[in-house]
Amino acid sequence: MSKLDSKIPEGPLETKWSSYKSSVPLVNPANKRSLEIIVVGSGLAGSSAAASLAEMGYKVKVFCFQDSARRAHSIAAQGGINAAKNYQNDGDSTYRLFYDTIKGGDYRAREGNVYRLAEVSAAIIDQCVAQGVPFAREYGGLLSNRSFGGTQVQRTFYAAGQTGQQLLLGAYSALQRQVGLGNVQMYARHEMLDVVVVDGKAKGIIARDLVTGKLERHSGHAVLLCTGGYGNVFFLSTNAMGSNVTAAWKAHKKGAFFGNPCFTQIHPTCIPVSGDHQSKLTLMSESLRNDGRIWVPKKKDDNRKPNEIPEDERDYYLERRYPAFGNLVPRDVASRAAKERCDAGYGVGASKMAVYLDYASAIERYGKQQANKLGETGASKERITQLGKDVVKEKYGNLFDMYAKITGENPYETPMRIYPAVHYTMGGLWVDYNLMTTVPGLYALGEANFSDHGANRLGASALMQGLADGYFVIPYTIGAYLSGQIRDKALPTDHEAFVEAEKNVQDTIDRLMNIKGSKSVDHFHKRLGKIMWDKCGMARNEKGLKEAISEIRALREEFWKDVRVLGGKNELNPELEKACRVADFLELGELMCIDALNRNESCGGHFREEFQTEEGEAQRDDANYMYAACWEFKPGVQFELHKEDLKYERIKVSARSYK
Amino acid sequence: MAATGLFLCVFLVEHLYTNLHLYWGDGGKEFNEMSHSMVHSIFIRIVEVVLFASIIIHVVQATVLTKKNSDARPVKYAIDGASMTSSWISRNMGLTGSVIFFFIVVHLYNFFLPYRITGEVGHDGQMTVAEKCAEALGNPVYAGLYLVAVIIMAYHISHGFASGFQTLGLNNKKYTPIWKMVSNGFAILMGLGFASFPVIFYVAKVMGKDLLHWNM
Amino acid sequence: MNLTLKVWRQKNASDKGSFATYQVNDISEEMSFLEMFDVLNERLIAKGEEPIAFDHDCREGICGMCSMHINGRAHGPWSGTTTCQLHMRAFKDGDTITVEPWRAKAFPVIKDLVVDRSAFDKIQSAGGFVSVNTGNAQDANCIPIPKDDADASFAAAACIGCGACVAACKNSSAMLFVSAKVSQFALLPQGQVERVDRALNMVKEMDAAGFGNCTNTGSCEAECPKEISLDNIARLNREYLMANLKK
Repeated sequence: MSKLDSKIPEGPLETKWSSYKSSVPLVNPANKRSLEIIVVGSGLAGSSAAASLAEMGYKVKVFCFQDSARRAHSIAAQGGINAAKNYQNDGDSTYRLFYDTIKGGDYRAREGNVYRLAEVSAAIIDQCVAQGVPFAREYGGLLSNRSFGGTQVQRTFYAAGQTGQQLLLGAYSALQRQVGLGNVQMYARHEMLDVVVVDGKAKGIIARDLVTGKLERHSGHAVLLCTGGYGNVFFLSTNAMGSNVTAAWKAHKKGAFFGNPCFTQIHPTCIPVSGDHQSKLTLMSESLRNDGRIWVPKKKDDNRKPNEIPEDERDYYLERRYPAFGNLVPRDVASRAAKERCDAGYGVGASKMAVYLDYASAIERYGKQQANKLGETGASKERITQLGKDVVKEKYGNLFDMYAKITGENPYETPMRIYPAVHYTMGGLWVDYNLMTTVPGLYALGEANFSDHGANRLGASALMQGLADGYFVIPYTIGAYLSGQIRDKALPTDHEAFVEAEKNVQDTIDRLMNIKGSKSVDHFHKRLGKIMWDKCGMARNEKGLKEAISEIRALREEFWKDVRVLGGKNELNPELEKACRVADFLELGELMCIDALNRNESCGGHFREEFQTEEGEAQRDDANYMYAACWEFKPGVQFELHKEDLKYERIKVSARSYK
Repeated sequence: MAATGLFLCVFLVEHLYTNLHLYWGDGGKEFNEMSHSMVHSIFIRIVEVVLFASIIIHVVQATVLTKKNSDARPVKYAIDGASMTSSWISRNMGLTGSVIFFFIVVHLYNFFLPYRITGEVGHDGQMTVAEKCAEALGNPVYAGLYLVAVIIMAYHISHGFASGFQTLGLNNKKYTPIWKMVSNGFAILMGLGFASFPVIFYVAKVMGKDLLHWNM
Repeated sequence: MNLTLKVWRQKNASDKGSFATYQVNDISEEMSFLEMFDVLNERLIAKGEEPIAFDHDCREGICGMCSMHINGRAHGPWSGTTTCQLHMRAFKDGDTITVEPWRAKAFPVIKDLVVDRSAFDKIQSAGGFVSVNTGNAQDANCIPIPKDDADASFAAAACIGCGACVAACKNSSAMLFVSAKVSQFALLPQGQVERVDRALNMVKEMDAAGFGNCTNTGSCEAECPKEISLDNIARLNREYLMANLKK
């Protein structure tokens, strides 16, 4: 079990990180120049890490499969980024952010990591503002905040509904600056297809140039995987079409343990599926729950138009069930509550798999405020509505426009229809306090690791974690490993480990191309997604998970016999790219089900129907499952469980209540 | 382009002002005197050089620009929807500019050349400059060409004038609409002003009136 | 609805390329434009024909990867909309839709509808940043910024770098893209220190990449999915002029 040493520093929680920073070994500037670091992925974690490490003097290579680093899916994060700045004087503190995050994660995250995250959160905002990220501001010129689910303070910084975009462009600008200075070499349209491990240490990667199809060998003293989450295993998710698990999965197969794979976040406010053609789902930012009210009709199968249903025939079920947090309960709770109502027959819309997110009362409230502000005391109802719409437009205009484009409905007039969708994966590669996986020299940052969100992530915390890992954690913690590598030259790329890894990748590609079966890659991906959604989605049970495992195995076998990949391997071939990714999803999906089956409790995003309270709330089993489940890959797609017990020294573990 | 273009706009104002003297009806006396004094003013001679230089620079720059811009898209679109997103004139400044340039050459050949170079006009015992104008504008071919060129010039200015301010960085939310209005107003004014000469002189000629001497 | 699609097919950068015509039937108006392409590609695969390569990723209008020239328009007929957010409601049964890649010397075609936009990254590297190393920042609220300036800066920073401005411009000019980045920083106190070099270097890199020049036709603004304003171009011109006077 020595492999699972979390390396949490000794000492009181509050001083762990500062004393760690003061004692971690350093690498002198001359040595940094000869140490090469490979960063895979260019989202918030990847770009910020690459830029920071290059600023420090390391030689950095960055890989992304998109045509530019700026396209990474962090760009699509809408709502905001949390930081314990307490600018609103509402009692926020590092401890509160830490506490909210641990509680929000249903007590399945590590104290040490989460406290550090809360501790560096404030510096992220400082760094981003210094880079010229145009956060929203008040009229006095200072930064504005809003609140997000699972918290009772306003600590979320934002830039309209495009916070992820602005933060990523900030990190991207820092990265491009280093590219211009020659400190970073950028490899866009490149996909990592294997990690090269020598004597148990990560020494490089095999990447495919997606334009020429050529396999390349890249050597480095450390490899950082900043490759995001694996929500696309469900086919339909809010992830980008290209988001994938491949890099993390290849690392897993080379010895990196996979932590808590079944912890998936289903986001409550997404635009519902409209038909079989659906290729992805679109998130409507959680910030909409600040002002919107969620309801369904009190009557089953009510087919009236939403505006025809009178107030007393509406069930504002979140406000009813969770009066303390109301519409701002955490995501897992909100999602399950929506599913519960729809399953019980109260759903709305053509598919009956949706609930209403209503802005009518917010429009009225803002309209009245605005009328008061303008001194229009006798304003008519129409005038108030108009004023209210204008305010809502300023706050959420881009989201409302997006909704209108996708659905063809006007959300200012009629309530939006929303339904939960796969959004984020809390699970990922297991890492220690240094963000290093079980393979020395191989790191995982951001959503790709499992570390900070436990069984459920709070809104506006993903951006925080990605940037914390990249800007403020890895630049320190990587020294702990690299200081021991200064005598080693980068592994020559003609080393047999490179040759062998490249050959394996080539063989896999050749195998896929030569199947020449009858079904497209998407065909298999959709079927996998359906199995995962039905049996390993918002609610899971033993029977369904067992079925899912055997169905996925059968599907995987069928895939390797019958997939059709057209085009050539030595050219741009999106079908081949997809095939490589889906092949990995077909293995990951099984592991997710195995993990979900193993965890005989409900916690956070993992809801086992067998384990719930009489009121239908999740029922944890702290006595038996207060651990991170870490899976080791064994040949023949077998997995062995290792446990990292979670010890709460500071926080008193209790039932999570938002009532 | 912007600097020379805007300078040429200033010249147009001066040119129109001078030309308007043809309407004085004093037999072109005032107009001829202005023309004469221009020829003998050192200041005007310098401005003249700047003016010719501006025209040449404007034309050369435009040619280089058009070539470069065309090279920036070696393969054209099969369907080009530019007409849905921009005005015809903004996309055809090269074409309209070429027409104007052709006209300027003709114009110089008709007036500048005989007056200033070959000395066939405007000197003692010769036809005055004003008379030359009346004669030329009485010619249907020349009046027609003049009219067409002036209309095209007005269009050219309607885009060019505002565009010049944009290029010089003088636009923003507040000023852009003003410049656009000024630009259109200026174009209409110049267009109407210059178009009046071929129209009025030709109509007068057809009606047998002596426009140059109506006030005498 | 049933549609006729004329799509540019080009094997690789050195291939000449040509249009291929496809009959696409049973398309729902709920579909996004790219989902219609997914359907077409699935049908091509079933017939054993190579599917059409096109760039796309987030499919929510923010990553800037999708890039189709549809019926003569960058990102198609809806204004303020990326290709991925364009929905089939925009078309009628029986329509013929012509789809081409972005056309510009600086954006060479890689395959079918996929083009190389790395020139934008190079421009960004030339000056699209504030030189502040990680860890050097003061407290965020030490720099108060008037809300209007912050909002204007944000409006410029909303650019998604898709290249529609270049595709729409008859001169393939990248001025709107460059001006958006220059404006974002010019409007903020953080951007002042490197203001002069930023304008000079980014424009120099833009010219070197082979983009055309701005002739103020306004097509870029009309086609920009994020509705970036032409005012930014005026600002870039101003910044560039002032920078030239200083350096």
